[in-house]
Amino acid sequence: MEEPNTDVIQGTLDLLILKTLSLEPMHGYGIARRVEQISRGVFRINAGSLLTALQRLERAGWLNAEWRRTENARRARYYSLTRAGRKQLELESADWKRRASAVARLLNAEG
Amino acid sequence: MSLWRQVARGLRVLTHRRAADQDLADEVTDFLEQLIAAHTARGLSPADARRAATLELGNTTVVREQVRSYGWENAIGTLAADLRFAARRLRSNPGFTIVAVLTLALGLGAVTAIFSAVNPILFEPLPYPHAARILMISDFGTDGAPVDVTYGTYRELAARSRSFSAMAAVDAWQPALLGTAEPERLTGQRVTAAWFRVLGVPPALGRDFDAADDLPHGPRVAIVSDGLARRRFGDAHAAMGRQITLDGDPYTVIGVMPRGFENVLTPSTEVWAPRQYGSNASFDGPEWGHHMRLVGRLAPGVTADQARHELQALARTPVPEFPRPVWANLAQGLIVHALQDDVTAAVKPALVASLIAVLLVLAIACVNVTNLLLARGAQRRGEFAMRAALGAGRRRLISQLLTESLLLAALGGLLGLGVADLGVRALVVLSPPGLPRVNAIRLDATVFLFALGMTALVGLVVGIVPALGASRGDLHAGLQQTSQRTTGGHRLTRNALVVAEVALALVLLVSAGLLLRSLEHLFAVAPGFDPSHVISMQVEAAGHQYDNDSTRYQFFAQALDAVQHLPGVTAAAFTSQLPLSGDFDKYGVQFESAPSDDPNADYGAFRYMVTPGYFAAMHIPLRRGRLLTDFDRSGATEAVLINESFARRRFPGQDPIGQRVRMGPESGPAGHPWDIIVGVVGDVKQASLAIGDENDFYVASGQWAWVDNVQSLVVRTRGSATALIPAIKQAIWSVDRSSPIVRVATLDAVVAATATQRRFALTLFEAFALAALALAAIGIYGVLAGGVTERMREIGVRSALGASRGDILALIVRQGMTLAAIGVVIGLGGAVLSTRGLATLLFGISRLDPITYLGVIGLLLGVAALACWIPARRAAAVDPIITLRAE
Repeated sequence: MEEPNTDVIQGTLDLLILKTLSLEPMHGYGIARRVEQISRGVFRINAGSLLTALQRLERAGWLNAEWRRTENARRARYYSLTRAGRKQLELESADWKRRASAVARLLNAEG
Repeated sequence: MSLWRQVARGLRVLTHRRAADQDLADEVTDFLEQLIAAHTARGLSPADARRAATLELGNTTVVREQVRSYGWENAIGTLAADLRFAARRLRSNPGFTIVAVLTLALGLGAVTAIFSAVNPILFEPLPYPHAARILMISDFGTDGAPVDVTYGTYRELAARSRSFSAMAAVDAWQPALLGTAEPERLTGQRVTAAWFRVLGVPPALGRDFDAADDLPHGPRVAIVSDGLARRRFGDAHAAMGRQITLDGDPYTVIGVMPRGFENVLTPSTEVWAPRQYGSNASFDGPEWGHHMRLVGRLAPGVTADQARHELQALARTPVPEFPRPVWANLAQGLIVHALQDDVTAAVKPALVASLIAVLLVLAIACVNVTNLLLARGAQRRGEFAMRAALGAGRRRLISQLLTESLLLAALGGLLGLGVADLGVRALVVLSPPGLPRVNAIRLDATVFLFALGMTALVGLVVGIVPALGASRGDLHAGLQQTSQRTTGGHRLTRNALVVAEVALALVLLVSAGLLLRSLEHLFAVAPGFDPSHVISMQVEAAGHQYDNDSTRYQFFAQALDAVQHLPGVTAAAFTSQLPLSGDFDKYGVQFESAPSDDPNADYGAFRYMVTPGYFAAMHIPLRRGRLLTDFDRSGATEAVLINESFARRRFPGQDPIGQRVRMGPESGPAGHPWDIIVGVVGDVKQASLAIGDENDFYVASGQWAWVDNVQSLVVRTRGSATALIPAIKQAIWSVDRSSPIVRVATLDAVVAATATQRRFALTLFEAFALAALALAAIGIYGVLAGGVTERMREIGVRSALGASRGDILALIVRQGMTLAAIGVVIGLGGAVLSTRGLATLLFGISRLDPITYLGVIGLLLGVAALACWIPARRAAAVDPIITLRAE
């Protein structure tokens, strides 16, 4: 039996990250876990892709990053949404909804 | 905001690589620990949790690499690595690197040097604001060529034309500057008031000329160059308001031009004064002589074409307020050019030809380096295959190889700037006197940009073929290959490149050969006088004491007498114009026996007003009749000599002696008594060695309508002519201390100077052709030598099977000479086409001159044979036993 595909849909990784961070600031692992939990295991984010995407979004000015000490004295990098990031999230989610509903309509019409 | 972050974050990574890596490592570690913690929380033992987490996350190094490959700073990192690698490769093979870099440096340096000379003349606008809007207006000469306009034409056009915001006429002027330690003669211009407004450059200090300066008997005012102001008064400010004595008259300095001001029509100009001609002059005055250059600046919104149409319309419609004489009736219209075209027209063919030639040299240099890279690429096939096997993509390989060739080109370009600097110095020294804008020839920002662009282009051009070739190809075959054998495809490319090289070299050699033969032909032309051991100089009777003819006559007579008495002088004479010196003084000649009413016939002849000893000093032979004597003086019957071509033309089959003529101002209705032709002398080249025999007439200096105040002294000496120069000058100054003496030169130098433009082109082409020949020879040698190395085994087998040394020699030489022969055939076609561009520089030979072509082919094939011979001998010396055992 084949493993179910847990790849993030192309182009939606940014959206998922921005949405996750809109609730509260989080570190990389937290984001990955939250996406997995909320999608009930449908999406799993590969650590390399996630960290690269975080770096990209930070450079785009949508995220802020800061180092914090964790309870066991390790350095952890926490990401939070900037104002520009919030705007970008609105744009991308509106765009996604529009396209997803279009796909849904098409599938329904076919059925 | 985001761009700022991009740059800042990237820079931080570049400058704090270690800290950035640490951050990334911490973040990945944190991720891993969180994962372990999550697994532990699910109830796994710490060891199992760690294993599960590691499995899930994958190799942390791979994760870090993935994140690190993001960002622009990373591309720079790759480039730096490529550069380091390329530098290592080049260092590891110094022989190859030195040859390639030197070749490219030569090519790039030569191109940059020539470009720096060509750029200000052909491509850059003249150094005036909106220079393209300055037009030059000329009249039609009898042969249809443009000639200078008259002041009368200027006055009419300036009053009637509406197309120009400013129009000015300018006239050559060579005033004597008196009151200095040694009398000087300046180069100046007599201009109408708007001259500097046409150019668009006002004086830096003081005021410009205005309309009130331009009237007859107006104020004596002058504007001087920054250089003259400094030389004469020490400082530009100090010159303001001061007096300078020009031709005996005091002039007030009212302005000083800016320091870098370029006067393109006559670059050496140091002083300007208003023309101050009369407005309603009669037709016989200087106002109606064709000696003014007319320029105009287009009014805003008017195009050059509109101005041209307006001027033609004005030319066709004379009005009564502006009467025109028949020689300036503008019946053929006017010729209108951009000033830039007018300034550059004479040198354009030579410059374009040089630019093309030097680009050919660069092309040959590129071909050579490409060939070297190909040969190296063949040796490195194993390396490329290995790198491909380790995961390098084709793009990555190509970019690595291009980095190498670009680095090579950059080194070549850097060294080339040194070559260019030397080249530019040499060019300025060698440049013919007529070359416009010589001061603007230098390595400036434009030239640097050009060099940079050329270098990048060359780097790509020489690299692309080898890079594509090396990155293609079969991985397996490459890895298995132990011996260094090239594939057939490669050899074909390299052979084609050698053929191209030979063809290009042939084109250059033919061009250089044609120029060389032209110059030989030109100097084989007899100038009509004997230039050896003759010194010439221009002497002026300057100042108001020489306002009448008799004092001038006396000054020159006394000066001549003083010179003739110098030891070492065998003959000396004054003449109003010196052959081949650029003097151009022509007058109409009217014959009594053949009075012509045909206004189109050209009876103009060069006027030589000479002292009787002129023919002895110049060794101009007498053909019939007698020469001038001391008895041909003022008051005696006026005697005229003409040259033999003139005699043949006017009196075919007749004896011209005793015929009666009137010249220049004597002719016309006034009825001056006729002069008598007393002798015929040999032809003399006046305008140029290349121009056929013209009409000349000679009169004694006492018998012309006036005595010129500027005359050329010619002195034939017993020994070295130049050694006598100081003594001759002192002899003249013993008569008048204030006489300016200029243009001091031996007649040999005067004759040589007539061919400076051709000589300049020849020098460049010779240099380029020799470089091309050497590069082509190296190219042939390189390909054959490489071929011999690669075919060692085959050659060994051949000789083992009984091929003699001669057979092997013939094999290799045949291969090389076949390439050379194909190159020659292709190059011949190219030469036949491209020498069309040289046509104006050739003299006395066709551009298809068979001797040149045969000579060049022989030379090229000879050099090619030499280049083949060395590798062929090496091949013939191959010991079959050793080669075969080596496999």
